Amino acid sequence: MSTANHTGGFHHAHHFDSAEHQYESSKQGIWLFLVTEILMFGGLFVGYSIYHSLYPQVFHAGSKQLSVVLGALNTVVLLFSSFTMALGINYVQRGLKNKAIIALAVTIACAAIFMVVKFFEYTHKFHVGTVPGKYAYTEELSASGEKVTKVGALLAEANKLSVAEREHKLHLDETEYEHLTLLERTKNWPLFFGFYFVMSGIHGLHVLAGAFLIFWVLLKVIKNQVGPEYYTPVEGVGLFWHVVDLIWIYLFPLLYLVG
Amino acid sequence: MAHEQHNYLNHQKGIWSWLTTLDHKRIGIMYFVAIMSFFFLGGVFALLVRAELFTPGKTLFSADVYNRMMTYHGAIMVFMVIVPGIPAIFGNFVLPIMIGAKDVAFPRLNLMSWYMLMIGAAITGSTLFLENVDTGWTFYTPYSSIKTGMGVIPMVLGVFIIGFSSILTGLNFIVTTHKLRAPGMTMNRIPLMVWALYSTAILQVLATPVLAITLLLLIAEKTLGVGIFDPQLGGDPVLFQHFFWFYSHPAVYIMILPAMGVISELVATYSRKIIFGYTAIAYSSLAIAGVSFLVWGHHMFVSGQSEFAGVLFSFITMLVGVPTAIKLFNWIATMYKGSIRLDAPMLFAIGFMFLFTIGGLTGVYLASTGMDIHFHDTYFVVAHFHYVMVGGTLMALMGALIYWFPKVTGKIYSDLLGRISWVFIFSGFNVTFFPQFILGNMGMPRRYYDYLPTFTELNQMSTFGSWLIGTGFLVGLFGVFYALLKGKEAGNNPFGGKTLEWTIPSPPPHENFEKTPVLTGGPYEYR
Repeated sequence: MSTANHTGGFHHAHHFDSAEHQYESSKQGIWLFLVTEILMFGGLFVGYSIYHSLYPQVFHAGSKQLSVVLGALNTVVLLFSSFTMALGINYVQRGLKNKAIIALAVTIACAAIFMVVKFFEYTHKFHVGTVPGKYAYTEELSASGEKVTKVGALLAEANKLSVAEREHKLHLDETEYEHLTLLERTKNWPLFFGFYFVMSGIHGLHVLAGAFLIFWVLLKVIKNQVGPEYYTPVEGVGLFWHVVDLIWIYLFPLLYLVG
Repeated sequence: MAHEQHNYLNHQKGIWSWLTTLDHKRIGIMYFVAIMSFFFLGGVFALLVRAELFTPGKTLFSADVYNRMMTYHGAIMVFMVIVPGIPAIFGNFVLPIMIGAKDVAFPRLNLMSWYMLMIGAAITGSTLFLENVDTGWTFYTPYSSIKTGMGVIPMVLGVFIIGFSSILTGLNFIVTTHKLRAPGMTMNRIPLMVWALYSTAILQVLATPVLAITLLLLIAEKTLGVGIFDPQLGGDPVLFQHFFWFYSHPAVYIMILPAMGVISELVATYSRKIIFGYTAIAYSSLAIAGVSFLVWGHHMFVSGQSEFAGVLFSFITMLVGVPTAIKLFNWIATMYKGSIRLDAPMLFAIGFMFLFTIGGLTGVYLASTGMDIHFHDTYFVVAHFHYVMVGGTLMALMGALIYWFPKVTGKIYSDLLGRISWVFIFSGFNVTFFPQFILGNMGMPRRYYDYLPTFTELNQMSTFGSWLIGTGFLVGLFGVFYALLKGKEAGNNPFGGKTLEWTIPSPPPHENFEKTPVLTGGPYEYR
């Protein structure tokens, strides 16, 4: 193996005794930061479990509306990206620059796939009117003076059409039509989508932040700023990425399956 | 050649070298300037609020303006002054020196924390000019989420960013304490100030993220109407209070623990005695930090939570009194048969003990569920938490300022000015807030713009007291400028302190220590 990726020019900062000392301190700092991330999502998990126990039917109807296939696909993508991230760290530590670049690039690609899938999921939710809180309602009131939801409006339109026309005009297949009918009969269902969009939205922002950070260490690898002697940023970003994955591993069953 | 000495102040020159500095000592000074400006602003709002309450009905301005000023007074004082105050200013300056380190573990992150405080403060402050917020500093739903204007969003966003600053400072201090201690400086030899800052840092790291998500949810509620706090969609506005106090109650100890650290230093130095019960004081900080997470429900005794929860929270709340009393009794035991010098910092330390004890004991009243129903949301609560936070934290802040001033600047702070300031603050404080206990007991509700004519005299006394406090802090500020211009040269150790910062020159050199100190004993070896 060539040793083209020298990081021998690396010096530890003046207030540390040695590079090892600095590495350990940085690692502790990163772990502490990850604790704060978990605690922040912890607030959401607490809120979710409270309302889930209060309104099981709301969460049941809501989660039926989510696509388990797409959620599972994203879970696999993120798990795979955790693997490639770990590989990337390992290659950097062993000085295998080209392999490290490939591993990190694949990780970024996985993040991109995740976000694209999320984009399709979100736009479909907007299309059928399963949106959080006040946006779930239309402007006009029903004859009895009750608020009309967008899902209700869509279903009213679908009821006038045949099954084939629904698929064609409204992009509603029969299972989804049934799920939406069930959903519409459930009081307070927009609460579930409040949780869905906030939890998956904040997680999505973390995926973007993670991808950006991996890109940053990728540049460092290319510029030979990290290598076998010094790989703290790569490892730190890797730990962050694993936590982002871990949070999704909890979000997926909670949102898509448990309901 | 003392005046030509090379130190951190003349190490680099120019405003740019300050704004980009990675030196923890300079960052401490930058925090001092920033936080004191916020303190001035918050103080002016306090004086205006009190002035409005001089007579029943309209005195100076409308109820609307009053609500806004009360909100800004609370938000500025809590999020920008008392929470960051002692850790950010004095923690930054003395913590690394006290443990024999050249800097904090992450100097860049330290500078970033300062900028985050500035950015957060700017966003929060911008609402003063855009759309005033009138929710009170607690931003309770549903008023904040449904009723009032959109100004809540930038206000809360600013506080969110300030929270990040707090988390990063805490993280930095924990790693610094773990990893950068000098040889021989075991955890049982670190000064008590460091123990206090360390416990505070744990709280900052563990509690603040919950505030962050609460504020994000409030923003989501206000922009998207997600329904988590909205009963119309099945949500519960009281959940906001649970989340909010899960942070904000530990935050009370983020405010007070560093103050207790300062008092430990002052009591040891000015009694010329080895501190009594070092381990007990040290670990009681951790105990307070731990218990503080389990008491938030005492803010919600009348919110309709179950009686069982009420009893449990009442019990755990009273439990906080145990480690607190351990500290207080150990300070008193340290003073016992000590050679006490009543210099200004010691006066502030004694003032702290006096006021904090009153604040703590009235806390027991409020922790008792039966009495809390009587006192809930009255001026009794206002008096209680001002005794704890202001009487506690600001007394310690003034004590710390005068105590470490020579180390920071190389000049001695005039003891006479310090004492005059103390007389005004201490007496003014009691004149302001003691009548509020009585007002609360008589039934005057907190936060209100107007009150019954029966309450007039006590309110006027309280307002008069606020002017005394204001004068006291102005004297304290004058003392800073006076000392900078005319102060005597301090020398390395003007007060006979025994911790490491007194072994190096004042002001300290750029890298704190010429050569790394090696510790062979504990921090307070007087006799």
